[in-house]
Amino acid sequence: MRNAFCAALVELHAERRFAFLTGDLGFMALEPLQRAMGDHFINAGVAEQNMVSVAAGMASGGLQSWAYSIAPFAYARPFEQIRNDVCLHDFDVKLVGNGGGYSYGVMGATHHALEDYGLMCGLQNMRVLVPAFADDVASITRQMADDPHPAYLRLGRCEKPLGMALPDYAPWRRLLSGSRGVLVVVGPGAGGVLALAATLSDEDRPDIWVATELPFTIASLPPHLLDRIRETGSLFVLEEHSAHGGAGQMLAHVLLQAGAAPSRFEHFHAHGYRSESYGSQAFHRIENGLDAASVLAAVAGRVLA
Amino acid sequence: MKEQRIPVSAAPDGNRVSASRARARLLQMHYEAGVGHIGGNLSALDAMLHLHQQVMGEDDTFVLSKGHSAGALYIALWAIGEITEEELKTFHRDDTRLAGHPVAHWHPRIAFATGSLGHGLGLAAGVALGKRLRDEGGDVYCLLSDGECEEGSTWEAVIFARHQGLTNLVILIDANGLQGFGDTGEVASLEPLASKFSGFGLNVVEIDGHSPGALDDALTQRGEGPLVVILRTTKGRGVSFMEGRMEWHYLALNAAQYTAALAELGEP
Repeated sequence: MRNAFCAALVELHAERRFAFLTGDLGFMALEPLQRAMGDHFINAGVAEQNMVSVAAGMASGGLQSWAYSIAPFAYARPFEQIRNDVCLHDFDVKLVGNGGGYSYGVMGATHHALEDYGLMCGLQNMRVLVPAFADDVASITRQMADDPHPAYLRLGRCEKPLGMALPDYAPWRRLLSGSRGVLVVVGPGAGGVLALAATLSDEDRPDIWVATELPFTIASLPPHLLDRIRETGSLFVLEEHSAHGGAGQMLAHVLLQAGAAPSRFEHFHAHGYRSESYGSQAFHRIENGLDAASVLAAVAGRVLA
Repeated sequence: MKEQRIPVSAAPDGNRVSASRARARLLQMHYEAGVGHIGGNLSALDAMLHLHQQVMGEDDTFVLSKGHSAGALYIALWAIGEITEEELKTFHRDDTRLAGHPVAHWHPRIAFATGSLGHGLGLAAGVALGKRLRDEGGDVYCLLSDGECEEGSTWEAVIFARHQGLTNLVILIDANGLQGFGDTGEVASLEPLASKFSGFGLNVVEIDGHSPGALDDALTQRGEGPLVVILRTTKGRGVSFMEGRMEWHYLALNAAQYTAALAELGEP
């Protein structure tokens, strides 16, 4: 997704003026943007607190500013700068965290982002965007650029199934129909789930939806999603994020408010590092029951062949 | 958000407000509201008053990084007619915009909500770099406390500002030598402070922080990057029983102290 993001910003740069800051990251990915932007591309060094304050300062004068790093260095290290300098002022600052969830795998826990959008959604004026596929990134990036308010973009590794056509970008999309409830996925994990679910019968798989824009409001939920939850009575949510502040809690909250609570609700979310062993993103997904096979087996209520 | 309200009334007689008059009004404001943080306001007031009354123009930006000196900022803005007498009376009360630390969104000359230390210099560097990228004139003046130099983010901003060669940035340090719970030398000594900044390649001038003339001279000594002006100040300046005493970082005045302070200032 990083390359798609870089290409999207190069295209935007040709039409409008903004500044881009990186916390000394983006090697082998952001060079085209660096070449295109000249002095508006700023390597702020390994100093993420300052990077966010500088972005806020530039935005205060009307210059939209993007600040990029590996996800935890973009949202956790400079959290107070995001809260005070960006969000309290409702400045036009875009934070970009590369490597949502367990994306950085065996690089270790310091590089994972398991609570990022929960924290960001708790801040006033902040919107969160979590593309599921690289194809989403251009639309999302443009949408962020057009909206003069704070936003956080969580990038990951695209897992779009080969040869599979997807619906055009929308905040909510149904990727596949099924009759065993509704499965809402946030993030690139949707790709693996989609690929496996496509091999199952309609009776053995759920409706598969992907949600991209947080926080949810009842008005932002498509009526068809509510219909499907009502018809099937079961809702499952899958995300590489902690339970607290995650999309599962957000969705449960709005459904309760709307009087549309399903009779069955199951939340597949990150638990951290229960074995205290480390590995690839796939390893951590399996340990947390977030891999496609575990999730779809839980939904089907049986081991999948 | 409340409707933005820009006061139009000028300072009492349209002329410059004297330092003693500003001090007295600052004490009155704090006394009537029953709040402290007076010591650090009095140490910073002379520089802030001079900057606002005689140095800065329309294109310049002031960033109060030491947000606990909000009172001095309100008084400086009152002195130039940007905050009304009526507005000052709301200080620290319910339904005010004059909170104990500056809040966002209401006054074009209060650029940022500050109060958590270590934020202002990065913000100011962003304003300064933004001006350069947009080919806009004007300087950025950022006032820090000496205790605030213990924040790591302050030094991140110093490195950045120097590396970017932000010649339109002036960093002022209110070096009153006292912080919240002790003498800066006892808590986390950074002296000699000037060499810390010059070690990062910044041009540093050290002056009597209560002398407008010395500040004028210092501001002419620009170098390749940001200029640092270390204002050697006295906490509680102008009120003998407050001067150099740490407790006036927090304490509020009682009636007898208020009367005595006004008498010392020669203000009714």
